[in-house]
Amino acid sequence: MSKIDTEGLAPAPEVLSGAGLALPDKRHHHYSLLTARDKVLLTLMVGVPLFVFLVLIWGTTLVSVALSFTDWNGVDPIRWVGLDNYTYLLNGYPFFWEAVKNNLWYLLVFIGFATPMGILLAVLLDREIRGSWLYQSIFFTPVVLSLAVVGLIWQLQLSPSAGNGFIDSMLTGTGLVAPANAPDWFGNAGPLFGIGILPSQNMASVLLVASWRHIGYIMVLYLAGLKSVDPSLREAAAIDGANERQTFFHVVFPVMAPINVVIVVVTVIESLRAFDLVYIINHGKNGLELLSTLITNNALSEAQLIGFGSAIAVILLLVALVPIVAYLTRVMRTEE
Amino acid sequence: MSAVAIPGQRVKANRRRLRLSRVGLHLFLSVLAFVFAWPMLYGVYLSLRPFSDIITNPAGPFSLPSTLTLDNYAYVIANSDMLRFFWNTAVITIPAVLLTLWISSMVAFAISKYSWKFNLIVLLIFTAGNLLPPQVIVIPLVKLYNAIPLFAPLSANGRLFDQFAGVILIHTTFQTGFCTFVLSNYMKTLPNELVEAAMIDGAGVFTIYSKVILPLCKPALAALAVLEFTWIYNDFFWALFLFVTGDKRPITAALNNLQGQYVTNMPQLAAISMLAAIPTIVIYLVLQRYFVRGLTLGAAKG
Repeated sequence: MSKIDTEGLAPAPEVLSGAGLALPDKRHHHYSLLTARDKVLLTLMVGVPLFVFLVLIWGTTLVSVALSFTDWNGVDPIRWVGLDNYTYLLNGYPFFWEAVKNNLWYLLVFIGFATPMGILLAVLLDREIRGSWLYQSIFFTPVVLSLAVVGLIWQLQLSPSAGNGFIDSMLTGTGLVAPANAPDWFGNAGPLFGIGILPSQNMASVLLVASWRHIGYIMVLYLAGLKSVDPSLREAAAIDGANERQTFFHVVFPVMAPINVVIVVVTVIESLRAFDLVYIINHGKNGLELLSTLITNNALSEAQLIGFGSAIAVILLLVALVPIVAYLTRVMRTEE
Repeated sequence: MSAVAIPGQRVKANRRRLRLSRVGLHLFLSVLAFVFAWPMLYGVYLSLRPFSDIITNPAGPFSLPSTLTLDNYAYVIANSDMLRFFWNTAVITIPAVLLTLWISSMVAFAISKYSWKFNLIVLLIFTAGNLLPPQVIVIPLVKLYNAIPLFAPLSANGRLFDQFAGVILIHTTFQTGFCTFVLSNYMKTLPNELVEAAMIDGAGVFTIYSKVILPLCKPALAALAVLEFTWIYNDFFWALFLFVTGDKRPITAALNNLQGQYVTNMPQLAAISMLAAIPTIVIYLVLQRYFVRGLTLGAAKG
């Protein structure tokens, strides 16, 4: 029925087909052209997925916050305990600070080493060099592997020699290291070099393995960004006598600002989400505690400490909101 | 561009320096490439060696093989339920990827082609949610899945928990966040005149979506399909905590238990790792272009 009504509102077809002609009041006409059926359809197209998303993602997030003020084992009635979980978390629970320390080191190693390394590789491989494609493929291959597979592949390297790990078998087989002194790469929870503020030795191994995968990821993202930089900018810099380093830091890096934000957000989020690798190695215990593994180990194990686990989840949420909000602010700015 | 005259000698010196730095660059890159490739190459190598080779050798796996064989693969395939786990992966991954692309393309179409007031808000809700660490929501989600009743054949136990449908649902929901973001950016680059012209011709919303916009999004959809397949295939976390029945887990999550069974036999563990790695590596090598495009579609626009 409304088809006839709306047809009168439509601009003449000749105007529409005129390529590149800007239509006056484009946006208003959009809406008025829609039939009632179309409007219902569009509402469903967005509404149903949005509803499911709100319930499953944001609804559960709110429930996590609520549960963090309770003591619940999943069976008995829920008991409200106010801030008790948080008090115990901050003052009495030793693994919490261990996890915070490990998450911080994750972030530090990613930001200070893996991400710059990925950027460096991207800059090196962006130039016309022979075999660039092969190098890129090799550096990127670890990224397509699941972290569970990555964990297993590295166990083949880093298991102790008694377990036939390659590195230790090589160290002891060549006589470089006495079997008793061979490092237990994934097992030794003592601090690296005996310095307390450093991560545990096995966490350091995990960070190397995680970097192995993160470097290629950043490289590909950054390469795409570099390809989009206007080549005339570089030429202009070269004519002005800038060398490659100066050109990168003073010309290319600043115009890559949007990609740089993405890279930082990806890096921070990845280091907060870290879970699979430590879980496949030892379930995130014995030196490999992370906030993410503390959540599941407390709440989804036999212990069923749902309230306490939720409190850790809330801490993780609060930290994660920092990069998320930073990112969204950027998206909003480009949208407007 | 290089019209500035430079005395001949300096050009030569510059060239020599350039060639030297090229050699240094290739040296650096090849060493690094070897370090990167080594754990994977070694995994292949070890998976082809008989276990007896390693235990009889005093230096363990740091030794030359007496023979290379596919026996380890044959053994783990015959003895470990791997085929079932691969089947589970297919049952989860294929519907999840298709549903994600279908749903996110509809949402993206609606919010990018019709000037909705909520356009930006919807995008923010999706994108922010997509970036949340999954561990933040897993506790209530397990409880919710246990509480939501579901009928056969979608559920064998009458609930959403411990069912393929539940895992497919959370993947689809999470990934819809990412794909909507990418696809709506992509659709915004398509001229609005296409939609307008179709409307004048009397086409309804669904026709415009399926006959006009969707065909034009094929490159983006292909790139996203490859990317989403890899991500969902690689999921460890959801499949670990939303299933309690080990036999239902897909291959990646099943590695958690398989590792415990085979850790004493490194060549067999290597074979399992390689088998689990093959699908994504093959997809990557064959469809590399799409893969990288999918990643950068998401990033470049942000």
